[in-house]
Amino acid sequence: MNRFAHLIDRIGYEPRRNAKIRLMADYFRHTPDPERGFALAALTGALSFRHAKPNLIRGLMAERSDPVLFGLSWDYVGDLSETVALMWRAPDDTAPLPAIGHNNPPEPLDASGEPVALEGPLPHVPSLSEVVEGLATAGKTELPRLLATWLDALDETGRWALLKLITSELRIGVSARLAKTAVASLGDLDPDEIEHVWHGLAPPYEELFAWVEGRGPRPEGENPAPFRPPMLAHPVEEEDLARLDAAEFMAEWKWDGIRLQAATGRDGHGRLVRRIYSRTGEDVSGAFPDLVEALDFEATLDGELLILRDGRVQSFNVLQQRLNRKVVTPKMLLEYPAHLRCYDILAEDGEDLRHLPFAERRKRLEAFVARLGEPRIDVSPLVPFSTWGELAVARADPASAGAGLDADAIEGCMLKRADSPYLPGRPKGPWWKWKRDPFLVDAVMMYAQRGHGKRSSFYSDYTFGVWRDGPEGEELVPVGKAYSGFTDQELLKLDRFVRNNTVNRFGPVREVTYGFDRGLVLEVAFEGLQRSTRHKSGVAMRFPRINRIRWDKPAREADRIEYLERILQKGETELHPMRKAG
Amino acid sequence: MATRAADLLTLTPQGLYCPGGDFHVDPTRPVERALITHGHSDHARSGHGHVMATAETLAIMAVRYGSDFAGGAQEAVLGEVMRIGDVLVTFVPAGHVLGSAQIVIEQGKCRLVVSGDYKRGRDPTCLPYEPVRCDVFITEATFGLPVFRHPDARAETDKLIESARLFPERAHIVGAYALGKAQRVMALLREAGYDRPIYLHGAMERLTSFYKEQGVGLGDTPRVAPDERPKLAGEIVICPPSAIQEIWARKFPDPVTAFASGWMRVRARARQKGVELPLVISDHCDWDDLCRSILETGAGEVWVTHGQEDALVHWCLSRGIKARPLHLLGYGDEEGDADVVPGEAEGGDLPSPLRGGSTAEGRRGGGQDEDVSTLEPHLAPPPPGSASPSPPSPQGGGDQ
Ligand SMILES: [Zn+2]
Repeated sequence: MNRFAHLIDRIGYEPRRNAKIRLMADYFRHTPDPERGFALAALTGALSFRHAKPNLIRGLMAERSDPVLFGLSWDYVGDLSETVALMWRAPDDTAPLPAIGHNNPPEPLDASGEPVALEGPLPHVPSLSEVVEGLATAGKTELPRLLATWLDALDETGRWALLKLITSELRIGVSARLAKTAVASLGDLDPDEIEHVWHGLAPPYEELFAWVEGRGPRPEGENPAPFRPPMLAHPVEEEDLARLDAAEFMAEWKWDGIRLQAATGRDGHGRLVRRIYSRTGEDVSGAFPDLVEALDFEATLDGELLILRDGRVQSFNVLQQRLNRKVVTPKMLLEYPAHLRCYDILAEDGEDLRHLPFAERRKRLEAFVARLGEPRIDVSPLVPFSTWGELAVARADPASAGAGLDADAIEGCMLKRADSPYLPGRPKGPWWKWKRDPFLVDAVMMYAQRGHGKRSSFYSDYTFGVWRDGPEGEELVPVGKAYSGFTDQELLKLDRFVRNNTVNRFGPVREVTYGFDRGLVLEVAFEGLQRSTRHKSGVAMRFPRINRIRWDKPAREADRIEYLERILQKGETELHPMRKAG
Repeated sequence: MATRAADLLTLTPQGLYCPGGDFHVDPTRPVERALITHGHSDHARSGHGHVMATAETLAIMAVRYGSDFAGGAQEAVLGEVMRIGDVLVTFVPAGHVLGSAQIVIEQGKCRLVVSGDYKRGRDPTCLPYEPVRCDVFITEATFGLPVFRHPDARAETDKLIESARLFPERAHIVGAYALGKAQRVMALLREAGYDRPIYLHGAMERLTSFYKEQGVGLGDTPRVAPDERPKLAGEIVICPPSAIQEIWARKFPDPVTAFASGWMRVRARARQKGVELPLVISDHCDWDDLCRSILETGAGEVWVTHGQEDALVHWCLSRGIKARPLHLLGYGDEEGDADVVPGEAEGGDLPSPLRGGSTAEGRRGGGQDEDVSTLEPHLAPPPPGSASPSPPSPQGGGDQ
């Protein structure tokens, strides 16, 4: 358990995808079965056991510590699991204080100056396997005692990982797909091959490791409904369009929902297995039982999850309300019915269609969905055009171009080469996304924070504000935070601006100079607004990024909060946002 | 006894003052006579009339401030009892950095120990701490919360070596304080059998040479030449903590940023500093060693100079030991003054010890080769991050 804990602790600090894969692969290579298999299960979210409530952990800690010291410590650390992990001390350890340099002890000496053996048996450090098994079998009343025994034996990082695991707060930025990619790298396999056999396997995946390490046969029991990594598009720029031949492309709407894959297939007993995967390969079937029920076919569909009411697509804000709920209630299923709008078909009746040209897959998709006759599933319509100019008109006004009242939920267009096979990842060339123009606001930089990873030496995250009436006159109120949209050259300039105009420091955050007659105006692009009670300004932005740096614009000419209020009010009804001039 | 101790050592605007001997201990502003516990810039400042310290501390002050760092200087030999005015003074090893000492002050039957900064963990670069029985023990509390329990430092340097093995195409940039921590990390790496050159940022060079002159074996420690940086894949580079975030560090191949500090125990702190490989190595006592050390001195009374005073004072009182915080300004040495305010990660209120703990004035005035940013005041209102919206969850929007 300690080793696994140190792995996830390290991954949690590591921003780079490839480094995460290497760390996991290194762990798998040097950890025996079944321990590494349970680790893989934990990383892919395949573990199921009784979870503990924070109350239980607080209670355990209260038995072991002075309440004042616990309070001061929790205040300081801020996170309950971490506080307990750091403070926890085995009971026989508490009465007399541990020896000096307890973690790094000088050798104890006997009367003649010779080192003496330390006394007492060391507590048994639980393996991850034991923890998983213990959690799966322990009754509710046994849990606290069991947990205390483990906490006594683990080190600080081990305790932290255990507590995060049982409170289901383990978030380290690793997708199931990434963990499988690490496993595949042990044997130079394609991660897709892991997906294919994954379904037939269960923790601790011993036959999987034996196979990838070349010690055993490919595991039996194909996943009848495997995840097929999605094909993604690059954003298209004007200059790209100039090079591309409109006649070679087909266009469809880009819907503002959640990209999903619906995969089904028959297992060895002829039972239909139905799964819904997220874009990164997490099995999210549990969140959409209404849609799972509609998957009465054998195929793999690529599409967008939308909420439809009376046949009308709802805005992303509405969809988010369903996503925000942890538990799926019948009421929610009724009020927020899930719908799949299909873009593509990857397999049908066991036949892999991904090598076919898009135009052909599209015909198969239309025929398939028509035969299905399932109201929750339809096809995203094509947008007819013959020149880029025509498409630009449609994109600017989807309502008049056939989308009607659903235009609100359209983010732009997808351009797909008619001859493109379905390739995993983001190949350059076959698919492009041409997004609707974003909203723009001129805001003033207020705070800057250091970035992460490669950017950690730059002030690259900017909090910006707009004007409003305050109790003491005009004031800036923060409305968002952006950390992208600029070039490397611009980043250098922004970083320099921050360093030269700092008026206050709060740890990694710097407050920069701003006011009517000073400060830097940022033209911020964003996709939408939501009301938010968490934020002082009452609004939260979707995907804000720096569109332009307005070195020339005086801060007093930045926008006011009323401008955002107007977008917020109109956003739901207005067909498309107006691009602001200047 | 308490009144006697309070007469033996008082507080002036310059810091702790002994009227019987007419000297200050680690004064934060220039005074006529100063006894200095160790060479960290918040304890050893330049510009005093006369300084008494161990030979190593005097030499470190000369390295940092130049040979005219004080009007006059006198060496204190460890363990030797000296009479200064009406009091007896003895310097005793503190285990903090090379040359660090506790200062024992006695008059009549009353003995008081100013421990300065000290630690109990093993350190191959300096003499170990020696406990001294006393009536009043004066201690810092930088890591005075039970969440601070430093792991074995050797396990931490093993992490570093392991990471360099796993990522041979990346440079490992380790932030470490120029005096003590940097050399301890190097010595630990050598003990672990790491025999590659350990590359140094220019700011580490003089003190590292001094350590070597004093017989501390650190092996080959070349200075990084600017145009050599892109070639240091797989190597370990040690630099001042501020430099891991600066433009200087950008030229190394895909650097892994590490930081050796007791603060790295708390994840939010490590994250805020953008650290990817936190190494929990401290030259201060952790909570258990603070408590244990207090008990070992047998002191009936404890004065806490700075740090997390509340928790340590509470612990003393709960054990029947008289204790009070001194709220001394100006301390929080190179490690103690990490440039992050606790509690900031959550955007909550600052813990109370910090509210009254220090002022802008108290923190200023470090040595000339200190990173200025670590000496600036960080008494801050709740951070702006808490008030500013963060982007909604990235799951929004079906990316095609
Ligand atoms: Zn110090």
